[in-house]
Amino acid sequence: MITVVRAGPLTTIQDQGRPGYAHLGVPRSGALDQRALRRANALVGNPPSAAALETTLLGCALRFDEPARVAVAGAQAVVKLDKVPVEAEVIEVPAGSVLDVGRAIHGVRSYVAVDGGLDVEPVLGSRSTDTLSGLGPPKLVNGTTLAVGFLQSPLGAADKSDISGQLELGVWLGPRDDWFSGRELFDTAYEVTPMSNRVGCRLKGAPLTRARHGEMASEGVVLGAIQVPADGQPLIFLADHPTTGGYPVVGVVDDVTPLAQARPGSTVRFRELH
Amino acid sequence: MVLMRVRRVGASALLIECRGGEQVEAWRRELWRRREAGELQVAEIVPGAHTILLDGVDPGLVQELVTWPPPDSISRDQGPLVEVPTVFDGEDLADVARIWNVSGPEAIDLLAGTEFTVAFCGFAPGFAYMRGLGEKFGVPRLDTPRPRVPTGSVGLAGEYCGIYPTASPGGWRLVGRTAKTLFDVREEPPALLGPGTRVRLVPA
Repeated sequence: MITVVRAGPLTTIQDQGRPGYAHLGVPRSGALDQRALRRANALVGNPPSAAALETTLLGCALRFDEPARVAVAGAQAVVKLDKVPVEAEVIEVPAGSVLDVGRAIHGVRSYVAVDGGLDVEPVLGSRSTDTLSGLGPPKLVNGTTLAVGFLQSPLGAADKSDISGQLELGVWLGPRDDWFSGRELFDTAYEVTPMSNRVGCRLKGAPLTRARHGEMASEGVVLGAIQVPADGQPLIFLADHPTTGGYPVVGVVDDVTPLAQARPGSTVRFRELH
Repeated sequence: MVLMRVRRVGASALLIECRGGEQVEAWRRELWRRREAGELQVAEIVPGAHTILLDGVDPGLVQELVTWPPPDSISRDQGPLVEVPTVFDGEDLADVARIWNVSGPEAIDLLAGTEFTVAFCGFAPGFAYMRGLGEKFGVPRLDTPRPRVPTGSVGLAGEYCGIYPTASPGGWRLVGRTAKTLFDVREEPPALLGPGTRVRLVPA
């Protein structure tokens, strides 16, 4: 059993998400930085489908009743075992010890995987907390207890997260690029705003010029869709995005994982893919 | 034959543009059938108001798609019929009747006499956009959304009718309420009203 000693502002359980129900309005959800989740799971010998913790900016602290092998990946943060900093990515936690994942120094979200995986009741095939719809386990609070499962997989390897204050993202134009007339998206830089969350990364910069006005009929949207509401400021959909949207999507970001680690104030530049 | 417009959506999704809800539904059925038959590899088939999104596909599928004969939207291959017991006492019923230029009881007759079809879902898990009233009976959304609309509220917006599966903020004009459970994660499928389902609001 694991007891949450310090939950942090938003620490949730995440896995690969809840695909297959978008037609019923169920968001995909899942870890924002899937690369970091894969890495944390691989380091403790969990299958990629195992559930782990996703922290936000300030980390979290956990007390372990039983000895456990734990891996921390994603945002760069000071990790302490019983108040002593540890360097290794894989930590052998003795029974009764407290593991503290500190404030993110670079990046936003740390992933804490425990050998065997976190064992909570899956909802529609996933243990992920969906912050938009409320499906899945509630966010962690101080005192929450977590059970550990028995998942096993050969030790693996996975890339480190891509953490930078200056992002360059590849974009496929469309499906609704014909609603816009300018090239602001590619000609200017945008800034990540503090309004960003698991639903979407909200940007601030040159508003996109509309070629067409009026309302668009609701249609299905994908992960990474750059939706442009009436104010012209782009919003990039992340894991908890709604399944349909009524604002035109100018383009789709090829890989959203760097956005999972983009702090407010980070610079985003877009590059058109062909 | 009508040429179909297919738009690319990123590296692994396609958007089929349709003429209206009936064609969307015809394509949804056809794509569903092809997926069941193993002819189509796709992660999500997501209908919208005038489009249908295929997410998790090989973009090369577009060449194949345009050769498929467009499904017949006239054939009424009927979806399942669900009756939703409804108490027509919504806060906005009188306003809706005024917009329609009918009396309150006539508005209820109109709603209870309409066979709706779920066009698509969105907004929240299990929230179905149901068409059937037609443009003539469209109503604008509230200028100011309510901070909390109770679970089971039946509302109208544009030409759609919708039922709130859970309490949430909302700008639809409320005409009634139901005690029926619309979304239950223990059920398969979890939503009572999926795309293509026919719905009748039965006065309760």
